[in-house]
Order: sequence, then C-alpha cells, then structure tokens
Amino acid sequence: MTATPRLGAREGATSDLQPEWRPAAFLENLRARAALLSRIRAFFAERGVLEVETPIASRAAATDPAIESLRTRWSAPGGSRYLYLHSSPEFPMKRLLAAGVGPIYQICKVFRDGERGRLHHPEFSLLEWYRPGWGYVQLMDEVADLARRVLERPALPVERLSYQGLFQDRFGVDPWSADALSLRARALELGISGVESLQLERDGWLDLLLTHRLEPGLGRGRLTFVCDYPPSQAALARVRPGAIPVAERFELYVEGVELANGFQELTDAGAQEARFAADLSTRRSRGLPELPTDRAFLAALAAGMPEASGVALGLDRLLMARVGARHIDEVLAFPIERA
Amino acid sequence: MATYSTNEFKGGLKIMLDGDPYSIVENEFVKPGKGQAFNRVRVRNLKSGRVVEKTFKSGDTVEAADVHDTDMQYLYNDGEFWHFMDPASFEQMTADATAVGDAAKWIKEQDVCKVTLWNGQPLSVEPPNFVVLAITETDPGLKGDTSGGGGKPATLETGAVVRVPLFVQTGELVRVDTRTGEYVSRAKE
Repeated sequence: MTATPRLGAREGATSDLQPEWRPAAFLENLRARAALLSRIRAFFAERGVLEVETPIASRAAATDPAIESLRTRWSAPGGSRYLYLHSSPEFPMKRLLAAGVGPIYQICKVFRDGERGRLHHPEFSLLEWYRPGWGYVQLMDEVADLARRVLERPALPVERLSYQGLFQDRFGVDPWSADALSLRARALELGISGVESLQLERDGWLDLLLTHRLEPGLGRGRLTFVCDYPPSQAALARVRPGAIPVAERFELYVEGVELANGFQELTDAGAQEARFAADLSTRRSRGLPELPTDRAFLAALAAGMPEASGVALGLDRLLMARVGARHIDEVLAFPIERA
Repeated sequence: MATYSTNEFKGGLKIMLDGDPYSIVENEFVKPGKGQAFNRVRVRNLKSGRVVEKTFKSGDTVEAADVHDTDMQYLYNDGEFWHFMDPASFEQMTADATAVGDAAKWIKEQDVCKVTLWNGQPLSVEPPNFVVLAITETDPGLKGDTSGGGGKPATLETGAVVRVPLFVQTGELVRVDTRTGEYVSRAKE
C-alpha cells in the first residue's frame, strides 16, 4: 500500500523549492467553516438583513495608522493606477446605508499587510454588519445571539465591562487621565519584562497593558464585551460628549481572543474628515506612506447617513473558538506560506 | 550595519540587544482590535544562555548579530586556551573557557565540534553528540554481572565522570551521549 497524503498535514515545511501542496486545516475544520457560513446566512435571513458585496479593491485606503493596506495596480483605460485591497468593507457599506438600503451584512476576505501570527493572517474572513436606527448596546445583544447560535452554545453567559472599569479594577489606573510615564511605570511594576526601552505614546502603553495582561483572561467560559473606550481610541465610533467623553465602541472577547469590534457609527461628515486628517498627520509623523482618503464616503456622510451601529467580526477566529483551534492555520485550507 | 525588521522575526534569528548577541527562541505577534501591534519575543543570550522576554513595537528594526555556526576540529589545549582549526581553510582559532564551557569535559584532539562564531570569534562550542572515550578509573565490577543495572561511576580520559554498568572496566572505551551525559555502550577503537 502506498502512503496517501493526508488532508491536514500541519507539520509540513514549505519552501520555494519544495512547496507543500497539502492543506493545513483538517477536513473537519473545512466542514465546520462551511457550516458556520450557512448558519450565519440563516441567522441574517431570519432577521431580514440583506447580504451585500462591495469592492475588494478600491481607489481609497483605510487611514488608520495601525493598519497597513496591501496595494495592487490596475491597468485602467487611459493609464494605470493603484488600487488598495480593503482592510474592512466599512466605507462602501456606509455609502449603501446613506443610499437607504436598510440593514445589511457582508462576508468577505479582507487584507492587512504585516500581520502574521497565531491569531493573525494577512488575508482573513470578515463578517461585517450594520443596523440603521439601532444603538450599539442593542447591537451587542445581537452579536451575542449570533455567537451563541454559531458556537451552538445557547446558554453561554454574557458580560459587559467598561474599558475604564477594567483598567481601574485590574491596575488601579484611570485610562482617561493616566499619562504615558505613569502607565509605563505601572507596566514595569506589573512585571511586564523587556519593555524598558520601548518608546510609546499614552495609547501605546494602554495597548501594551491590554494585550500583555488583560486580553488573555477575557471571555473565559463566556462572551465578554469591553465597551466605552477613551476618545483617543474612538476609530470610527461616535464620541458621547459629557464631563468624561466616551467613545461608543465595543470589542467582543471569547477565550482570550478578540473576535469583534463595533461602533455607534460616526455619521458627521465634518467630524469624520477631521479624523481622517488626524490619521494622516499621525501617519506622516511616523513616516508611513501617504494614502488617498475616501472622498466618496465623506460625500455620502454629507448627503446624510442614518444613525446606525455596526460591527466587524473575524470569522476565522470565530471558527477557531467553534472547533477549539489554538492557531489560525488550523482553520485555513492554505495559509499564506502555502498560498 | 545589517538590521532586521520585526516582520522578519522568527525562531533562530540572531539579533543584538544591549551589546550582546541573542537568538530568538519564540516570536509572538500581538495586536489589539485597533491600535499598536507588538512582537513579544523570548530571546536567548548567546553568551550567558539565559532566556528573557522582550517586547518590540511591530515595524521597529533591530541590529543583526553577526553570528554563525561552523564545524571545526579541536586541536589541543595549551593550559589556558582551546585551539580549533577550520578543516577547509586550515585557519586556526582559540576559544577561552567561557566559550568552551561544558564541551571541555567531552572533547579530545581531532573531534569535530560545532563552533558558534560572533564577529568571527568563538562564542560557544558544542561537542559531537556522541564521543568515544577511554575509562581512566573505575572500581572493579562484580564478575559475571552483565545486566548493566545499578552501575558505578567511571572517570574518563577527559576528566568527565559518567555512570557505567558494573562489567565495564578501566582501560575500556565507552560511547557517551554528550547531550545527556549518559553512557550508551562499550566501543572499539
């Protein structure tokens, strides 16, 4: 009998000379992916949410200084131009909302340069959906419903923690008022080693505390939503004014892994343009490449986008939670090194 | 000066940190949903062998360490230094006690060792996985015992002490696994 190459040859090394042709994921995980997709589509069909597709390659790029887009070149009539592979379908989906399409969802591949690790892959599957007229608290409930359904764990407990409460309870620091120096000192006191020479801004130190000390413990045996972020980390969320302004943003964690990020969407064109400008100025100061901003998206906001909440959920990670995988490669047929 | 970006980090990569050469043991990419990405790495100091954790901002660069491994033949010890020769170029090099470390108790003339060079100088020496050495001293064993159970200490020609079966006698050659320091079998020349 000859040895039959087995599906799920995870150990196989691959090189340009001897490429590994076999898939990385076991067959049962590929089946679990198909089942996950059909459950998600059934979930939204029941609720009357419309599935849409928007361009993967676009003239404009995400301006977020923490995201690098992949770029390709299009031989257009009259000359070639750069197109950016989307890092999220957010801008065109919001243009659809402005056009009055109603509640929508999309399942698509998105791309982020430089991201590779146990939980990161430069090309990954995203589920993104928008609920016009909904608040972000209501959307968190729907995210929990979807996660329980897809994970087939209807009784999975849900908790909601505020970003501020989390930092105060665990570290005794107020993420709104603590400065970079005191956050650095706290990180050293907590025994986070090898960070003495790191040059970080305030938000960088908060991210360090979050990734090194908080995230691994979040969502253990439950769905944990962290919500209400410092305005400096609003991204595209609306900031609720008040004595202490709060970015109406949430993240979902399951078993120490961040699964989803949601916003009470910023719908003010002027405020959005100011955030683009701030992002671009941060990018310039860090020596990052210049990027074209999405003028069509700004025009849609100016024309009037309905108040809405929206969320993006990483499907590969959701699948990892479903099948109990530790590494993202376990749920991908062909990880980038074999692509 | 050669540098590596954190994007190039992987196990085995040699980098300079605080003036010492290090080898990356493990590299983990961590990034919150929105915000700063980090590379959390565990690195081994190639001089001390100590493993420590270090966090970099993703995208930062770090100086490459000029470290590579080469097979060299051990020639002799002059009382202070160990002398090695590159079998291809016949170039000779000396290593001090810090670099030779534990290898000193296993190697004898003409053994081929893996020598790790940093900026062209020996940083560490790894003996062959298996060496054949003569026993210079061991208690006489019980006659007829061939089981190998129990065992007794035996001093080898290099000074190393290993446990050998009772039937093995002074003057005999034994094969030793240098990674575990354990007797494997008797050997012929």
